[in-house]
Amino acid sequence: MDWLSPEETTALLLSLRVSLVATLVSLPFGVAVALLLARGRFYGHALLNGLVHLPLILPPVVTGYLLLLTLGRQGWVGAALWEWFGFTFAFRWTGAALAAAVMAFPLMVRAIRLAIEAVDPKLEEAAGTLGASRPTVFLTVTLPLILPGIIAGAVLAFAKAMGEFGATITFVANIPGETQTLPTAIYAFLQVPGGDAAALRLVVISVAVAMVALILSEALSRRVARRIAGR
Amino acid sequence: MTLDIHLRHAFPGFRLEVDMVLPGGLTCLFGRSGSGKTSIVNAVAGLLRPDEARIVLDGARLDNLPPHRREVGYVFQDARLFPHLTVAENLTYAPRVRGRKVEGMARVVDLLGIGALLSRRPAALSGGEKQRVAIGRALLSQPRLLLMDEPLAALDEARKAEILPYVEALRDETGLPILYVSHALPEVARLATTIAVIEAGRVQALGPAAEILSDPATAQLMGLRDAGAVLTARIAAQEEDGLTRLETAAGPLWLPRIAGLPGRSLRVRIAAQDVILSRDRPVGLSALNILPARVAALHEGQGPGVLVRLEVGQEHILARLTRRSAQALALAPGVTVHAVLKSVAVAQADVGGLPPAG
Repeated sequence: MDWLSPEETTALLLSLRVSLVATLVSLPFGVAVALLLARGRFYGHALLNGLVHLPLILPPVVTGYLLLLTLGRQGWVGAALWEWFGFTFAFRWTGAALAAAVMAFPLMVRAIRLAIEAVDPKLEEAAGTLGASRPTVFLTVTLPLILPGIIAGAVLAFAKAMGEFGATITFVANIPGETQTLPTAIYAFLQVPGGDAAALRLVVISVAVAMVALILSEALSRRVARRIAGR
Repeated sequence: MTLDIHLRHAFPGFRLEVDMVLPGGLTCLFGRSGSGKTSIVNAVAGLLRPDEARIVLDGARLDNLPPHRREVGYVFQDARLFPHLTVAENLTYAPRVRGRKVEGMARVVDLLGIGALLSRRPAALSGGEKQRVAIGRALLSQPRLLLMDEPLAALDEARKAEILPYVEALRDETGLPILYVSHALPEVARLATTIAVIEAGRVQALGPAAEILSDPATAQLMGLRDAGAVLTARIAAQEEDGLTRLETAAGPLWLPRIAGLPGRSLRVRIAAQDVILSRDRPVGLSALNILPARVAALHEGQGPGVLVRLEVGQEHILARLTRRSAQALALAPGVTVHAVLKSVAVAQADVGGLPPAG
């Protein structure tokens, strides 16, 4: 990648790492919350649903600021984390990953929830009569059937994380090598005279990464869907 | 085997109140749709949690176990095969999730004729094939009781005819108690050893199939149009003109050639509307089967019809006449008549002997 400056390469690699970590770490939570929302009947269902979707509706700056208030070094959760574990999200790439994960979470949950709602509960009942306990039913019937939805949700979340800007820059600023992702790097280049060329190169890369992710996920979920339908 | 079922459950607009003790063999829960038949088998399987339940299979309580620990096989109306697994994987699902060895696979595959389907996916199967695989999957879970909820209802006549012999083989060869939900009388007459008539969430009648089917009171419950008696028969001889002589406790019957060696057991069904009565022995009639009979009881319904229970030898059959005909013949209990059978339907029973009635 000698046509990219070291600074640009760093931003690209950081973006990939932040998005990948954000996607993989939030995936189990995404599946769990999607299951709760799709199947659970409990007090506070609407509240949880609203909470999950909030980052989709709020201005990203607000989400970033709320993260800063709670998880920043002085935030009421962040301070405790720092005090007890010496760990902080503030101005670290992990913070960028967290901001990306929170922003991408509604999209991920939505895709997985749709897949869960498409599974016929009668199949799960049948598995129960054949001797499978609830966890076994989930692992052997539900999970294989919703796999295309999980893949779709993960890819969507990854793409969203790659493009996350507002919450990231509010929560962890724009530190080259630590929290400067593709979008924040593009923004930084546009702020300095003569930075247009670098910004444009990063724009091209952004478009390419997004396209590859989409094509990959299409192919993957088509293959899984085919395997499940047995054709 | 005995299966005690005691259920109380309030549905919106109707109450399930069931108390029955069922023997082994194949018990048909017969009734209209919406009568509560499926709710009963769902409660036995644990898919419905009734307000009150006591379900005891051979002394062991089932109702306090979760569905996956009841060891009850369930064949659903809509097969419910797992679409992401092959037929072979579907068949072995139960032993695999329980971490047991797959036992009896070859026998089940053979019994159901599904050997050629093993590597296929459910999407590539016909309705009848799916249902056979579903039956095999339930059997390979080594159940102590098999539930079948209208397993043939979604199939056309040809597919039904394809499955029925397999269900008969199950009843006769495996000795597995079966609870079979149906609202199709011909199917019930062919399969049941015991019948429970369910109406509006209650058991209206319960008894051995032959008794229930030849009792005018229950016949009326089951629908006049389809009423009919079932007799057990044995092939006596294959005659030279292409007819088969059957020996029954009601007397000999002649039917167009039925395959089988003399001695083979059969079930024959005589629909009430296919029986004509005559006070004198009819002469110059084309009907082959004319049996001397005695009127045991008359049962008048709402409409113009009358169901007559006839004593024929040691058996009972039903005849359906109009009230006018019954008056014209001056029918009353004790009167002797001749029963002219317009047609007799044959349902195969097993080769090795009839299942115990009740």
